Order: sequence, then C-alpha cells, then structure tokens
Amino acid sequence: MEFVALSLLNGVSYGLLLFMLSAGLTLIFSMMGVLNFAHASFYMFGAYLAYSISLWLGFWPALLLAPLAVGLAGALFERYGLRRVRRFGHVPELLMTFGLSFVAVELVQALWGRSSVDYRVPQVLDGPLFSLFGTQFPAYRAFMMLLSLLVLLALWLLLRTRVGLVIRAALTQPQMAQALGHNVPQVFTLVFGTGCALAALAGVLGGNAFVTEPGMAQAVGGMVFVVVVVGGMGSLVGAFLASLLIGLMQTFAVAIDATSKLAPLLPYLLMVLMLIWRPQGLLGERES
Amino acid sequence: MSGLVNLRCVRLAPWLAYALALLLAPLVFDSSLGQTLLAQIGIAIIACLSFNLLLGQGGMLSFGHAVYSGMGAFLAMHTLNRVSGGLPLPVSLVPLAGGLGSMALALLLGWVTTKKAGTAFAMITFGMGELVSATALVFAGFFGGEAGVSGNRVAGPAPWGITFGPQSQLNLLIALYTLVCTALMFAFTRTPLGRLLNAVRDNPERLAFVGFNPQVVRYQAFAIAAFFAGVAGGLAALNFEMVSADVLGAHRSGAYLLFTVLGGTGYFFGPIIGAVLMVLAFVLLSGLTKAWLLYVGLTFVLMVIHAPGGVAALLVAHWRLLRRSGWRRLWLAYLAVFASAGVTLAGFAVLVEMVYHLQQLAALGPVLPFFGLLLQVQHWADWLAAGVVFVSGLGLLTLSRRHCLRRQAQLLQGGG
Repeated sequence: MEFVALSLLNGVSYGLLLFMLSAGLTLIFSMMGVLNFAHASFYMFGAYLAYSISLWLGFWPALLLAPLAVGLAGALFERYGLRRVRRFGHVPELLMTFGLSFVAVELVQALWGRSSVDYRVPQVLDGPLFSLFGTQFPAYRAFMMLLSLLVLLALWLLLRTRVGLVIRAALTQPQMAQALGHNVPQVFTLVFGTGCALAALAGVLGGNAFVTEPGMAQAVGGMVFVVVVVGGMGSLVGAFLASLLIGLMQTFAVAIDATSKLAPLLPYLLMVLMLIWRPQGLLGERES
Repeated sequence: MSGLVNLRCVRLAPWLAYALALLLAPLVFDSSLGQTLLAQIGIAIIACLSFNLLLGQGGMLSFGHAVYSGMGAFLAMHTLNRVSGGLPLPVSLVPLAGGLGSMALALLLGWVTTKKAGTAFAMITFGMGELVSATALVFAGFFGGEAGVSGNRVAGPAPWGITFGPQSQLNLLIALYTLVCTALMFAFTRTPLGRLLNAVRDNPERLAFVGFNPQVVRYQAFAIAAFFAGVAGGLAALNFEMVSADVLGAHRSGAYLLFTVLGGTGYFFGPIIGAVLMVLAFVLLSGLTKAWLLYVGLTFVLMVIHAPGGVAALLVAHWRLLRRSGWRRLWLAYLAVFASAGVTLAGFAVLVEMVYHLQQLAALGPVLPFFGLLLQVQHWADWLAAGVVFVSGLGLLTLSRRHCLRRQAQLLQGGG
C-alpha cells in the first residue's frame, strides 16, 4: 500500500512534468508537421537560464523571465531559421532543428561548463509537504504538479478563445485558414514560441527537481517524442494521458525489481508498437 | 559511334580516378595517423552511401541507421570469434556476415518501419534506434555490456601470408570493399528497383496508382541499405577489434545523418565527401579544439539554410557556372569571397575558443595560444580585436558575395 501510494504520487508528478514539456511539442508537431528535435534543448535552456537568473534575482522572477526569454528565442528561431527552409519541405526543417539540438548542447557547455550547476529549490518550497506511511513527499513536487495542472487549464481555456479558434483552424486546416485571411505563418511563430516557453517552464521546474547538466536534454528528448506519438497528433488531452501513462509506467517499472532492468526500454517499445498498430495515437484524429 | 565511346570514357573517368585514389592513398599517406584515417574513411564511405540509399534515393530520413551498422559490427565480431574458434571462414569474408545479419534484421523490422515515408519513418526509426540501443544494455550476453565484445582479426589460415594483422593489409581489404560496395550501390541506383525507389520518393501515390506497392519498394531498398551498413559495421569491427553498445546509439545515427546531408544527398558522390568530412572532424578537428561539435553543428545549420544540397551540389553548381562563364573572369571575385570567409571564420573561431577557454580558466591559465598568437582571455582588448575581425569579415563577406553574384549574372547575360 505504502509502495503503491508513493509510486503513484511520484509517477503522477513526473508525468505532469512530461506533459508540460510535451504540450508545446504536440502543438508544434501537429500544426507544422515538424518533429522539433530541439524541443528538449529549449527545456535545457530554461533550466540554465533559470539558474543564472535565480542567482541574480531569485527563483520567482526566474520562473517568469526564463520561459519568456526562451519563448522569444524560439519564436526568433522559427521566424529566421525554420521559415527560410520551409519551402524545401519538412525534411530540411527537421534537419534544422536537429542541427540546433547539437549546437544547443555545445552552447550550454561553453557558457555554463561541462558539469552540472548548483540550481536549487527555493527555500520556501524546500521541505516535505506531508508524510505518507513514514516517507515524506516534497513540497516542491506538489508545486510542480499544481503548476502543470494550471498550464493544462490555461491551454485548454486559450484554445477556446478567439485566438485559440484561429490556432485550432490552422492546426487542422492550414490552407483553408490561410485562404480565409488569417496569417498562418504568424500563428506558426506564435505557437512555436509558446511551445518553447512551455518547454522552458518545464526546465525551470525540472532543473532543480532533478539535475541541471548538459546531458539533460538528451535524457528527456526521446521521452517527449514517445508522449507525442502515443498521445496522438494535435491532441492536448491525448498528450496529457500519455504523459501520465508513461510517468506511471516508468516509476513503477523502476521501483519493481523484476522490471527495473527493462525500464529504459518500455517507453520506446510502447512508441514503436503504437506506430505500428495505431499510428494516430490514443486520441489523435489523423495520422501524420 | 565515336561520340558514344567518348561518352563512355567520360563516365568511366571518375570511377578510374576513384579506384586509383582508394588504392594509391595508402601509399601516399603511409604514416600511422594517415592509415588510421584512411581505414575509417573507407568504412564511413560505405556507411554514408548506404544511408543515402534511404535518404537521397528513397526520401526516407532515418534516425536509426546505426542500428544496422552496429548490429553488423556485433554479428561480424561474433563471427570473427567463431573463426578464431575454428570456423572455416576466411577473415576477409567476415564483413559479409555482418552485412547478411543486418539484412536479416532489416527484413524482420523493416516491414513495419517502411509503412510510411517522411516524418512517420523518421519517428519509427528513431524509436527503433532507442529501443535497440536500450536493449543492448539489458542483454549483456550478446552485446558485452559496458565493456563490449572484442576479438582478434588474426585468425584462421593466412593465404599468401596475408593475416590482416598489420593495418596496411587491412586497409587494402577496406579499400577493396569500399570500391566494390560503391560500385554495387551505384549499380543499384540504375536497376529498375533503384528507379522505382526514386519514384517512391517523388510521388508514392502515383506509383501506387500505376500498380506498384510503395511499401514493398521501400522495404526492399531498406534491406539493401541495411546490408551495406552491416558490411561497413563488419569492417569497423575488424578495424577496431572491439565493438561496444555505443555503435548502435542515437549519436552514431545522428552522425551518419549529419555528414551525409553535409556532403549532399542529391548526388551519388555527395555522401563520399560527407564521409571524408566525418572522419576528419571526428579524428582531426576533435583533437584540435574542444568546440569542434559547435563548429560542426553550426556548419550544418548554415548549410541547411543556405545550401540544402550540401557540398556536392555547391561544387557541381559552381563548376558548371565557372565553365560557362570562364574561370579567368571570375577567379578574382571567388578569391575575394574565400578570403573574406576566411577572415570571418578566424574572428569567429577566436571568439569561440576564448569563450571555451574562459570556462576552464582555473585549469588553463589566462593565456590562450591560437595558431601562434597568444591571446589574453581576461583582457578586453583581445575580445574587442576578435570581435572587430569577425564583424569586418562578415561585412566583407556580404560585399564580396554580392559582387560575385552580380559578376556571374553579368557574364551569363553577356555570354548568352
């Protein structure tokens, strides 16, 4: 009972972080058809920027400023990088983000060094929130969960406003939305920037909950694709369910002795099986 | 009649030059570094060409090609160890065992992989790649765990005294494999299946309408590409006498992708250029600077933006242009572009090296030696100087490039 309850809580909190990370990618992927290989790099930038800002201004400004800065950088990358190669098709766009993911790791190493940085949980949230069967549940985890749920709520509400209507139109029928007079490229830039900002927010929260180091992008990079594929194209709710599923699956697989060796395999196995038998994902409406 | 023969001669010339280069290079670069580089270049050429059978010929962007080169390496290594144990198979055929093994794996996994091209293919190859490399760490029996599997390439009988023990003997084998595999892959692009593969790349719906199943075509090409990747892996196993699980991983797959695209996917010889660049970057550039991946990554991004056809397309386009408008009237404009690009690169490299140096100030001290210059990384004057060189180089590059383009346009118009 104790084991199940704790693993459940840990799995859900990990899953919620994964969701925040992949929500943006789902939107970007389903809208532009671009598998953004650099998405996890923006997560990493978020964590590192938050570290630098928190040294200077503290954690709370960093929570706001780091995602904004990374979102802006993402929008600029989309406007001046991706948009220039879009006319050649999806493959150059994919290659572009792939190249960026290389450059990102090197940039981080050049600016912050090769080892991990000491990015800490703010003092207010440092400590247990409650204890369950004698094991403490950290308050910061609860804060992460709360923020992820707020993000889900905010995105859900946003997609129901007028702006959201245009985004959803551009998501499902880009040509038609363009023909009706909406500036679809600008919507793309906006969505790309927002997606990167969300990834950075996940980085701000995940960076001190786990560890902020140059390998952190690669550690989650694959997992994010799994979430997007399993959740389905263009479906935020699908991404949410897939994140929780993978978070729980990973936590339980690691915790149970018999399956702990197989834990790194499971998400990719799920992804490959999903692509074979249900390419549209759990809740996706169309295949890629 | 003579025109026909002439045409054949022209087409044969590059192949003769290629064969000569492969066979003579070991005589020219006979230092130990040269031999190491040549062995790896030969192997990389086969791997990158096989990657391009998928990407360039079939429009399939694979993020998991290292699965097949890596499995080829493991299978070849286990075969080699059997040979050491008494299996009557010449060592020179061990890479073929790797190739056939990889092909079998591709026949097993390929059907579901090749259902779609484009992004779906990219994703499923990525997933397969992660799956296989994660599996490799679980099954330590076959993959040797962290330490990997090692062997000894001096095994079995040695006909005419060839044991493949010395690097020079092995290099000859690698050169032969490279030549034969290149020729076979080129021949494949001229077969009906190779042509169908191009059709699948360009318009799968239309091909399906004509009565071919695009998935079958992709599947066959996938297995063939896996065979050549496996041969490359097998040669690598013989070359290093050691295989560990990282040869299966995403990094290796990414390197094939990056350098094949850098070389150029639109021409058959593009990946050969890419393979040479790959080995030079991995062996020489990485020894020269810590920031080598940054240079490689930035070069890649700039190439994707400005020259999506890669080095090969650049070479072909400028070669044609220079032939049409005359070398003599353009060489100065080209020289200006190259010189200003050099200045820009120098300024940029100094800045990057200084940033990297500053990161390890405590260990390295305040002075950065850079091609004979001694730079003070803590003095603002050195930063300013590097910045000025970089910015002025960039300005010159813009101007000279514009001039060169204008000159080309003039000459092409004037010459009709």
